[in-house]
Amino acid sequence: MSTVTLRDIHKTYVDAEVIIGVDLDINDGEFVVFVGPSGCGKSTLLRMIAGLEEITSGDLLIDGERMNDVPPDKRGLAMVFQTYALYPHMTVAENMAFSLRLAGMPKAKRYERAKEVARILQLEPLLDRKPRALSGGQRQRVAIGRALVRNPKVFLFDEPLSNLDAALRVQMRIELASLHDSLQSTMIYVTHDQVEAMTLADKIVVLQGGVIEQVGSPLELYHHPRNLFVAGFIGSPKMNFLPVTVTAVNDFGTTVSLPGEASVTIPVKPGYVSIGDRATLGIRPEHLQIEPNHAELTGEVLVVERLGGETFLYVKIMGGDTLTIQTNGDNTSLVHDRVPIAIHGDLCHLFDQQGEAIPKARRHHLTLNESQEQEAHEQSYQPKLNY
Amino acid sequence: MAAKPKLRRRIWTTALGWLAAGILFFPIFWMVLTSFKTEVEAIAIPPKLFFQPTLENYSTINDRTDYFSFALNSVLISVGSTLLALLFAVPAAYAMAFFPTKRTKGTLLWMLSTKMLPPVGVLVPIYLIFRNLSLLDTRIGLTIIYTLINLPIVVWMIYTFFKDVPKDILEAGRMDGASTRQEVFQVLLPLALPGIASTGLLAIILSWNEAFWSLNLTTTNAAPLTTFIASFSSPQGLFWAQLSAASSLAIAPILIFGWLSQRQLVRGLTFGAVK
Ligand SMILES: Nc1ncnc2c1ncn2[C@@H]1O[C@H](COP(=O)(O)OP(=O)(O)OP(=O)(O)O)[C@@H](O)[C@H]1O
Ligand SMILES: [Mg+2]
Repeated sequence: MSTVTLRDIHKTYVDAEVIIGVDLDINDGEFVVFVGPSGCGKSTLLRMIAGLEEITSGDLLIDGERMNDVPPDKRGLAMVFQTYALYPHMTVAENMAFSLRLAGMPKAKRYERAKEVARILQLEPLLDRKPRALSGGQRQRVAIGRALVRNPKVFLFDEPLSNLDAALRVQMRIELASLHDSLQSTMIYVTHDQVEAMTLADKIVVLQGGVIEQVGSPLELYHHPRNLFVAGFIGSPKMNFLPVTVTAVNDFGTTVSLPGEASVTIPVKPGYVSIGDRATLGIRPEHLQIEPNHAELTGEVLVVERLGGETFLYVKIMGGDTLTIQTNGDNTSLVHDRVPIAIHGDLCHLFDQQGEAIPKARRHHLTLNESQEQEAHEQSYQPKLNY
Repeated sequence: MAAKPKLRRRIWTTALGWLAAGILFFPIFWMVLTSFKTEVEAIAIPPKLFFQPTLENYSTINDRTDYFSFALNSVLISVGSTLLALLFAVPAAYAMAFFPTKRTKGTLLWMLSTKMLPPVGVLVPIYLIFRNLSLLDTRIGLTIIYTLINLPIVVWMIYTFFKDVPKDILEAGRMDGASTRQEVFQVLLPLALPGIASTGLLAIILSWNEAFWSLNLTTTNAAPLTTFIASFSSPQGLFWAQLSAASSLAIAPILIFGWLSQRQLVRGLTFGAVK
């Protein structure tokens, strides 16, 4: 059992407040990912949990116990650093067993433990090497091993994969996921890699400027971003945003006029905007379609990026905005072609003038919790296949 | 074609390097040479490069003074003061490198600025203090003075070596449960060892060669080799050959020491400690 609770956590450096009131509950066994742009305070928050940085105000509870003034090693945590931070003058085995040595465990016993962990991480043949004789991926594994040896209640990771090349990063990501699956321990992970966040997290915490913008499951953030920032931050390529004007509001949705003639109706709850209001329509590149028959918009292709399996089109539409469209790999559009673009209202997001999302009339079926699922079932709601 | 100017430049820089080294080394070479001449040959004009070498000067010195007691003083005082300086400098540099405050940079500069004061400016007060504390002509007294003289440079050097140690590694140690003492002794010092070693070597050499304080604060009991040399520049006229022999004897230990540790010294002075 290991839960982590943050209550109104603040961090002030001499000249700036970098964490401004963070509240967060992390459940036992949960994999929580902190994401956000550079400088938003992810590392600071993690280091405060670790005990490497003093908490200016607020409470940090681990398993319900206040930990603000407990030294790092007494908190039952282990941390993996972005730079690996291995001890260069010690062998792999010594690196992994160092915490046990400090704890006074006899030599034979601690090497046995290091060996055990090395077996899990396939480091056995490297036990007698110094870190400088290891590849980046191996160093990373040793750093993870050093954390594992201590049997911590909570694992902390600060961008552990960002110094690895792309292929290795994917491999280590998968290993981390299966490690979490087998250990079932609580993990807190900082990254600014979209894919790592989406694939590893049970719960993503989006931070900006020292405050939490939204907390939720990866799909919750994808399908129900709370505001423009989260909508733009989660998803790659980034969500398209178009300025629109509200032309009708009713129980089924809100109709907005697009640049040009067309309009689209988005199934959001009524009561948040009224006719004539300006708003922002958001739609993800993968939800835009090239459809000659009922296109809401047309535009000129500026750039075509063919990745093989998929193609990205950057299209300039009337009014000067540029949309990113993701289509299949054998799309034949060329630069300067005019393409018809279909916008399906139930795939769109609508944001008011303050940038806050207007709640969807229905939740996406993968983001319902149990009681909501029940309710949806009673209303005999059938999720649409293409949603 | 492109290789030619490059080659020429290399020849030039190599030649210049040898020339500089030659100019720097020549006085030492000439001194050692002179120490094997007779007094007459030593002042002969034009200077003699070839002559019948003699050990006469060395035997005179051996008769007149006890070289080994001076040498022992030099060793004890320079090594002792270096160890003492390291003992103070390591904690100071640790605090300044890893827990800097607004005033850290200023403190460092102030410490260095004490090296700019001419020592003679504080000779009288220090002499009086030493006299009142009965430290005159004691090894302890000279060790304390040398420690204080070298401390600014030793702190600076160790500070820069500590700065090169990634903070993450120390934090990893802290997460692993290291107390401050364990963090310093088991993580930081092993990493900064090359730097600390070369700092120590430099401090030993500086102490060995220091003459001002040793001449003013010692007479016989605690006198190191610098005093030994000075005792040969007698007022009744200079005996160049004898003086050369004394000087050669005085620098021989440190020269051999420097030669043996030169690789360590260069490595510490040119590279960061880790990486
Ligand atoms: N010791 C410090 N003194 C003053 N400001 C600091 C200090 N450490 C961090 N900051 C500031 O705190 C803010 C948050 O830093 P932090 O390292 O937590 O960002 P981050 O989200 O981890 O960014 P990145 O993705 O680049 O690692 C930054 O604006 C940074 O400049
Ligand atoms: Mg960071």
